[in-house]
Amino acid sequence: MLNRYPLWKYLLVVAILVLSLVYSAANLYAPDPAIQISGASSALEMNTLTLGKVTKALKANDIEYFGETLTNKSILVRLRDKDQQLAAKETIKGVLRDNYVVALNMAPTTPHWLRNIGASPMKLGLDLSGGVHFLLEVNTDTVVSDRLKSIPAKLKERLRGENIRYRSVSVNQSGQIVGVFKTAELRDKASSVFRSELSQASHSLAAQYTYERTEEMGNFYIRVRMTEEAIREVEDYTVAQNLTTLRNRVNELGVSEPIVQRQGRKRIVVELPGVQDTAEAKRIIGKTANLEFRLEAKPRASSTSKEKFEYRDEDEQRATGGAYLERKVVINGTNVSSAQAGFGPESNLPEVNISLDSEGGAKMHRNTRGSNVGRRLGVLFIEYKTRTQDKKGRPLEKPVQIIEKKIISLATIQSALNAQFRITGLNSPAEASELALLLRAGALAAPMTFVQESTIGPSLGEENIKLGVISVQLGLALVFIFMLLYYRVFGFAANFALVFNLVLLVAIMSLLGATLTLPGIAGIVLTVGMAVDANVLIFSRIKEELKQGLSPQMAIDAGFNRAFTTILDANLTTLIVAVILYGIGTGPVKGFAITLAIGILTSMFTAIWGTRAVVNLVYGGRSVQKLWI
Amino acid sequence: MSKHDSTVEKNINFMGQRFIAMVFSGLLLIASIGSLVVNGLQFGLDFTGGLQIEAEFAEKADLEKVRTILAESGFADASIVYFGAETEVMVRTQQELKKGVKEKILSALEASTDSGVTIKRIEFVGPQVGDELRDQGGIGMLFALAVVMAYVALRFQFKFSVAAVAALIHDVIIVLGIFSIFKFDFDLTVLAAVLAVIGYSLNDTIVVSDRIRENFRKLRTGSAVEIINTSLTQTLGRTLVTSLTTMLVLLALFFVGGELIHAFSIALIIGIVVGTYSSIYVAANVLLLMQITKEDLIVPVKEGAEFDDLP
Repeated sequence: MLNRYPLWKYLLVVAILVLSLVYSAANLYAPDPAIQISGASSALEMNTLTLGKVTKALKANDIEYFGETLTNKSILVRLRDKDQQLAAKETIKGVLRDNYVVALNMAPTTPHWLRNIGASPMKLGLDLSGGVHFLLEVNTDTVVSDRLKSIPAKLKERLRGENIRYRSVSVNQSGQIVGVFKTAELRDKASSVFRSELSQASHSLAAQYTYERTEEMGNFYIRVRMTEEAIREVEDYTVAQNLTTLRNRVNELGVSEPIVQRQGRKRIVVELPGVQDTAEAKRIIGKTANLEFRLEAKPRASSTSKEKFEYRDEDEQRATGGAYLERKVVINGTNVSSAQAGFGPESNLPEVNISLDSEGGAKMHRNTRGSNVGRRLGVLFIEYKTRTQDKKGRPLEKPVQIIEKKIISLATIQSALNAQFRITGLNSPAEASELALLLRAGALAAPMTFVQESTIGPSLGEENIKLGVISVQLGLALVFIFMLLYYRVFGFAANFALVFNLVLLVAIMSLLGATLTLPGIAGIVLTVGMAVDANVLIFSRIKEELKQGLSPQMAIDAGFNRAFTTILDANLTTLIVAVILYGIGTGPVKGFAITLAIGILTSMFTAIWGTRAVVNLVYGGRSVQKLWI
Repeated sequence: MSKHDSTVEKNINFMGQRFIAMVFSGLLLIASIGSLVVNGLQFGLDFTGGLQIEAEFAEKADLEKVRTILAESGFADASIVYFGAETEVMVRTQQELKKGVKEKILSALEASTDSGVTIKRIEFVGPQVGDELRDQGGIGMLFALAVVMAYVALRFQFKFSVAAVAALIHDVIIVLGIFSIFKFDFDLTVLAAVLAVIGYSLNDTIVVSDRIRENFRKLRTGSAVEIINTSLTQTLGRTLVTSLTTMLVLLALFFVGGELIHAFSIALIIGIVVGTYSSIYVAANVLLLMQITKEDLIVPVKEGAEFDDLP
């Protein structure tokens, strides 16, 4: 029979409608303004004592709070009034010491049953929530030549060992290793030495380098350069490393939903919603943490050659009271290329694996061999901090910049160390990962510069959301009225599909964790306008079929069927554009493309099946003389 | 078939005016391209970089007054908007942060009010992002056009893909041109709008093309011009209703959506008007210019399918 859906099709439409209602419902719960307190280092645990201090201070200052929660890592206090958020932050900062991070936060109020099924509200983009936006550029130019810097020395050593005479071997400014020889024969012999040495040095394929042999004015040259892919790989690694470091630093800010993303070849975007204090954010992000590896001072060393340091770990510090290290620095953080926590292959105990660059490896080897085996090697973590309180917790008149150097590891040298070594004897996997994190944090692979910074006020966001919502509502209402007047019963079906479409769109965006931005809202608005198009296409087709004398039931069926290919073609073409935009776009363009793409898909579903379900329900399976269209 | 003939008689002779339309489009394109070449676009801070100043007035700020006084002190390009409250004003100018600029702006702001004003924040926004986005955007756009052309050529026919892309380029150039002629600020939201216009224009053109394709296959009689007229007449209702509903939403955005969405809605309103016009006149015109014939659209396999449907 015409125009009747089997039961399962109705059920499917209803099921999707119910699911999307549930998942989009998460957006109805506005988050509470909150303050989040966490330790400056992950070793510092929160306890009821700290919580008591915080609540007492808030009470004393007449700041209404509720729903305070305490976990090992952090304390969350919800506030009644958003305007008191800043005051509350200052109050709490006043009673806690500098080693706590106090940050503004928006605490979700989504009920548990919704969160349990994975429903969460859409994240708001910076333009809506307010916050700061930084764009950093990683200076990768020097990284490649830095990598090659230590290679010529090794090459020369090998050449001498094999009795191949050379005029010179060096790295030139454009990142090539250049070897100069007297005869073609010497050069060709040297060439195989180059290959074997380089394939060892890079720990991977020799194909990473291209070799070029030339003769110029009686000299024979080998020019070795890294392949474009290899350079890219080095750059990728560098940017990835900086990304990790930045993430760690940003986490220190305790912002609720920070975004730290790579953009393009060597840029990194950092977005911190809800942060208003650009200066502080910039200080922490741009903070140059560093590392120093120093040998422990011999007990009888003169006081001018040694220096006392505290441990970063408070328990260790209490137990030992610090340690003396030599003033001489073996290597520093720039030589560390990676640090990973893991487990020993045989012992299965937690350890940290460290890789140094070749220069660092050579220095490390020189300083840890011979009589130095058996001594202890200390790692100092250096931070540039701003202090706002003195040691007793009284506020200072002016913030003071201080350099803090603390020991994060002091371990016995078992045998001479090379470019690859590990630190063992760690108490727990947590300690290992903390140490690896600190080592990486201090090892920024390449310097970064701020390309762009901007602050977006939250009031602007509120105003934007309000106006955006009002205008969408108004636009929707107008479309509803028009469709009802113009298409009557079918208009009702179309309006149902439109609401369905919006709910489905919001549900999918929430599920995907898409960020809602101003262009995103624009995309939704546009979808609203365009979503009716599919229905308009179907309805005008039905009208035409009626005019041609088809019976109402036949006209409905023909209308839906004939319009389908048109809708498919039109929407697929737009979808192609949306997908490409998503691929090439950044930030706002991406946000727009996502909404548009999801909108096209949902609108096709709702306009074709949703509308059809309603129309079938109303007209299907009975004799109809006249269509209200 | 007789029913079709009766509708043919009531056809609106769209293509009768096609030469006028061609001249009209030509003039619009020349004016747009001319202005784009001579004036360029008034890129917003997102693209150019520049100063962003947030000022707090003791009383409600008079934006008109601020604007004129700032223009007199050499900040003619500055955009001035309320920032959250009516006492807070955001000034954006494409000037660099040089010595003395802050003082100049402050004194200009002070001159615009009897009560006090303080500068809460002044910062320079870097321009480089814009460059990258523009370069990437350009290449991406070409790529998108190529893929769309390929898809349309596959689903329809090569002549249709030329028509669709011609209509698309026509629309985008005219929207950009109008922004250039009236010196509206071209910021990221406008870029989003232009992207949306692309989607809309394609959508519209494909719907019309789809009908043209169908009628070329279905109608046995009639010249190409007649068939196109029939198709345009048949889709006119739909074209107008869709444009109207989209326009309703955009008008709501324009009048209620607030300062930040203003440029966006203007761009889309222009885009919808031009897009509707171009799906009727540009795409069909290009098809006629390329001498579309029935033979272009013959379906080799399913030849008899259409006849089965006839009662």
